[in-house]
Amino acid sequence: MTDVRTRWRDFRHGVSQRWDRLPKASRIGIILVFVVFLYALPNKGFYEYLGLPVGEYIPLYTTRNDMATVLFQCGYYILLALGLNIVVGYAGLLDLGFFGFFAVGAYTVATLTSPQSKIFTEYNWLESPWPWLAALPLAIALSFAAGVILGFPVLRLRGDYLAIVTLGFAEMIRIVAQQNDWIFNGDRGIPNIGRPPGTNSDGSAIFQFDAKPYYWLILTVIIGMVFLIRNLVRSRVGRAWIAIREDEDAAELMGVPTYKFKIWAFAMGAGIGGFSGALWAGQIGFVNASTFKLEQSILVLAAVLLGGAGNIFGAILGGFLVIYVPEWLRSVGDVFGLPEQVRIAGEPYDISATNLRYLFFGIILIVVMIFRPQGLWANRRRAAELKDREKEAMVGA
Amino acid sequence: MQFNDLINGFPVLTVTGLTQGAIYALIALGYTLVYGVLRLINFAHSDVFMIGTFGAIWTWSAFGFDANSPRPSVGEALGLIALAIVVAALLCGFFAMLVEVTAYRPLRARNAPPLAFLITAIGASFVLSEGMGAFTNRRQFGVPAMLPTEPVVSLGGWSLTPLQISTLAVAVIAMVALDWFVQRTRFGRGIRAVAQDSNTAALMGVNKNRVILLVFLIGGLMAGVAAVMSDMKAASTRFNVGFLIGLKAFAAAVLGGIGNLRGAALGGILLGLVENYGSAVFGTNFRDFIGFLVLILLLMFRPTGLLGESLGRARA
Repeated sequence: MTDVRTRWRDFRHGVSQRWDRLPKASRIGIILVFVVFLYALPNKGFYEYLGLPVGEYIPLYTTRNDMATVLFQCGYYILLALGLNIVVGYAGLLDLGFFGFFAVGAYTVATLTSPQSKIFTEYNWLESPWPWLAALPLAIALSFAAGVILGFPVLRLRGDYLAIVTLGFAEMIRIVAQQNDWIFNGDRGIPNIGRPPGTNSDGSAIFQFDAKPYYWLILTVIIGMVFLIRNLVRSRVGRAWIAIREDEDAAELMGVPTYKFKIWAFAMGAGIGGFSGALWAGQIGFVNASTFKLEQSILVLAAVLLGGAGNIFGAILGGFLVIYVPEWLRSVGDVFGLPEQVRIAGEPYDISATNLRYLFFGIILIVVMIFRPQGLWANRRRAAELKDREKEAMVGA
Repeated sequence: MQFNDLINGFPVLTVTGLTQGAIYALIALGYTLVYGVLRLINFAHSDVFMIGTFGAIWTWSAFGFDANSPRPSVGEALGLIALAIVVAALLCGFFAMLVEVTAYRPLRARNAPPLAFLITAIGASFVLSEGMGAFTNRRQFGVPAMLPTEPVVSLGGWSLTPLQISTLAVAVIAMVALDWFVQRTRFGRGIRAVAQDSNTAALMGVNKNRVILLVFLIGGLMAGVAAVMSDMKAASTRFNVGFLIGLKAFAAAVLGGIGNLRGAALGGILLGLVENYGSAVFGTNFRDFIGFLVLILLLMFRPTGLLGESLGRARA
């Protein structure tokens, strides 16, 4: 056990050292190749080109759902995880209601762009539906504003009190959305939401029912967002966030206006969450109140902490895994031809991987946290701090 | 808004609110005990409660009672309820301790950051609820009728059904017993010592891990008691029944001041009452909305809850 662990550590160390020693041009080249790989991921032709047996099982492909759809879902979760990572990972504020901002973004787009929205059919506030692209900035701005408005009173609270208040806020948004006779039309929802613009060379719209263009769109957004967040956290703002996370009182004494920067973190995260919601609404074309369950907020938080709080790539990895692993587990059952049902005392039990996937996911969460409490891909500085804590524990025991 | 409904229905709303609040309070005790000792939101507690609701149903079905069977006589019913409480409490206590041993203790041994505990808590919650979902085929189970439904005590507009009386009585007994246990016994002193300063307590010879296990056991026992009462009130259960009620109970614990036992009891009762009054005025659709609104407003003005945090001491 220890042997494997030391070997793995040496291997990782070696890889990261080599990476650091590479000339900048080759590093950029490798990243570009990887990005191209990401764009090619949902194409079946890509696997044929690699000589993989298409038609049968492909290790990365999901069989129960279209691969591009799964990747798009991963994409909007990654975007959410990136937003929450600013709040939880950098500023250290525990936000359990992050999906509320996603709902704000999605509903803004839905009410403004759908011809069936009550704005046009009942209230006649506007003449005609907006195009998706026009509603997008407003969706981001509104969720940003929601972050500021919520942050203003609640960010005076600390730790677990903040957690329950944000959780309550998300639940309140859902309950308001659930009212059938209000603007959001409850569980009946809003159909025919506008789609992103653009046409192919033959005049047909790019963004239709095929999920691939949406995946490419969200991948592009994620790449842009990575650059933005990376620069942000290396600036004065990012240093202030990290100072708040490490010791709020000390940061305040050193002259960091902690309250202001906490609201900034909250609002930035909220804006990104709203962006994700707007993209999602454009793809799915239909929103209703039951989409925005609290479980989703918890899943996003699990994504951030599983991947490694305080690291952009950790958040990406986590956001990818929380959607992809349960989906992939569904395919696993098909591949190995596992039985779907057992009979115990005459009663049939569904034991397909589809049915049990969240059970396995829960076990994975526990096991990963026990062996890597800092997350799968942790920030180097945080990992070092945690190493110290572990040593303290050993001395204390 | 219908204030008339509130005024006319005030006695009924108060009694149902108290009953619901008593159930919240019993679950909230589990959250608050664990929080007081470990500074940890035990997300899996709601699913421990859910297992208790099934424990009661299995007990009754072992005696041949299912959702369609006729109501037993009052004496029989009381016996069956008492038995279900014992079974559900033990089952919940066992699963609460199992969660602590598998999901939290290994992390404590490595001095993991607080957020890692939150993730294993979520993982344990998934395992319990999804495991039970697979085990019960995600079906909804009806609860057999136990107590007569017509009110036994009525005075003016006030009336109490046997279920309401027994829920309140059981909750009061459980809470008084718990308070006595924590304040007066040797084990309770250990719990308070670990809550106050776990390292110093360990140096003074308190077995920290045993105390923590005990805290999970007590929280589980309380959840089991609540599960039986909640079963009879809701008349059915399902593998995901714990989520919403657990959330409310957690809110109740925070309302009263998390880490504070009497606060949890007070918070639970208050939340039950406020929810019922509020839903009379604003409509039942807004029941949950009002609960959270009151919680948020209260935290604005009293950031550590009504009675403050003090299983061991006030936190700096």
